[in-house]
Amino acid sequence: MTALRCAALVVLALAGCKQEERAMRLDPPIAEAMDAVALMPDGIGGRPPEVHVAMGNPYRGNAYQISQGKRLYEWFNCRGCHADGGGGSGPALMDGWWRYGPDLVSIYVSIRDGRPNGMPPFRDRLTPEQIWQLTGYIQMMGAYSASAAAPGRNDRMFSRPSENRAPAAAPAPGQP
Amino acid sequence: MKPGRAARLCFLLLCLCCAGCTGWQSAMDPQGPAARRLDQLFWLFTGTAALIWLLVMLVLALALLRRRMPPEAVAEHRSTVAVGGAVAATVLIITGLTFASYLATRQDSAGHADALVIRVRGFQWWWEVTYPDAAPDHSFLTANEIHIPVGRPVRIELAAADVIHSFWVPNLAGKQDMIPGRDNALTFTVQQPGIYRGQCAEFCGLQHAHMALLVVAEPPEAFERWRAAQLAEAQAPRTPEAAEGQRLLEIKACGACHTVRGTAAAGTLGPDLTHLASRQYLAAGMLPVTRGALAAWIADPQTIKPGNNMPMVSLSADELQALSAYLVDLK
Repeated sequence: MTALRCAALVVLALAGCKQEERAMRLDPPIAEAMDAVALMPDGIGGRPPEVHVAMGNPYRGNAYQISQGKRLYEWFNCRGCHADGGGGSGPALMDGWWRYGPDLVSIYVSIRDGRPNGMPPFRDRLTPEQIWQLTGYIQMMGAYSASAAAPGRNDRMFSRPSENRAPAAAPAPGQP
Repeated sequence: MKPGRAARLCFLLLCLCCAGCTGWQSAMDPQGPAARRLDQLFWLFTGTAALIWLLVMLVLALALLRRRMPPEAVAEHRSTVAVGGAVAATVLIITGLTFASYLATRQDSAGHADALVIRVRGFQWWWEVTYPDAAPDHSFLTANEIHIPVGRPVRIELAAADVIHSFWVPNLAGKQDMIPGRDNALTFTVQQPGIYRGQCAEFCGLQHAHMALLVVAEPPEAFERWRAAQLAEAQAPRTPEAAEGQRLLEIKACGACHTVRGTAAAGTLGPDLTHLASRQYLAAGMLPVTRGALAAWIADPQTIKPGNNMPMVSLSADELQALSAYLVDLK
């Protein structure tokens, strides 16, 4: 009986071995297919590539991919215009207002092809996979809602709530 | 296993350990006065501890062998003497060793008027090396490889850009921490020309183990030649392929972090690449500087050194060829 219990415990402990999957690098054909977004004629909204759907939208729920997006945000100086998400010479990314829509495809295309009035295209500087990682991170930052997957911790001072945190509950009427 | 064979095996294993006593990264193979003092201190401590251990074992063995209980009064007197002796010996030994440590490291902080000053800044996970000079056009930056003249004191001024690192070249000096916001310094002299390897000695993140540096000690004339070569601007491309490589370096993301003096690339976040190919290693001791290694590193830095701050930049095969051809020529 004791042996059985021990075995059960060991089996339970094995569950701890499961780690979130880290896809370090996509297979080249998949990476290429990731760029095939179907875009509406006005450049706003569209359909993500089929392979993206087939992979189960990995860029929004996977902590590794979101972390990579956050690093790319630093590396490619998105901060230079959008600051910490609060906006500067570029629009804010976390006020819930999206000039070109809140969906992944619009954000993806904004980064890839640029937008009028200053947003440069990053087509030649980032791979489609990297643009997707960045897209996932930016959408998460702007969603301002609780999430189980979180990117890495900030290296500098926090100027806003963590990306995966829900807004503070509104105080009840009559409360200070 | 027969006892004889076991003993022989143990002896063989011990002999293998001796291989750690020399080499380009060993504190047991000191190459300057500072390291030699530390080496002597190590042997003094080891010798003292070994002697005490042997004495204690000897006394213990004697006590076990004799098995005689003296009368109570005599036993009490003897134990008082033994405890008193042990306390006195402890105080004496600790005082002596403390004094020896003080003497050994006292001279390390002494200033030298003619010392060559080199600034080293730790980054995750590489070393930025600056050779400052009163004339600004005579100071220059390099990375991961420090050249020093033999026989002249060298003062390394240490700083850190992100987290705490520690500068440690075992053959030349002890460890010294590099702390963000605090300036430390280390002075040593090297007497033998040679190449000595150093390593970050304070855990600083994922790639701490891959944060190595080289100290190249050379005769003063060779050092001056190297310095003059480093001061020069980057080698201009000599082939059309290399020229295309330089163009790519300027228009792609490379120039945002790296500097190549004489081109439009003037970033300051990554290592200075002006004379990249004059160094022996790439990525803080990970890869040799060859064209193949350079191409592999640029094609996928995150697989070679996961977590480092160099992103993968999208380049076609031809672009990669051109860029590596250009970089490997930056002597």
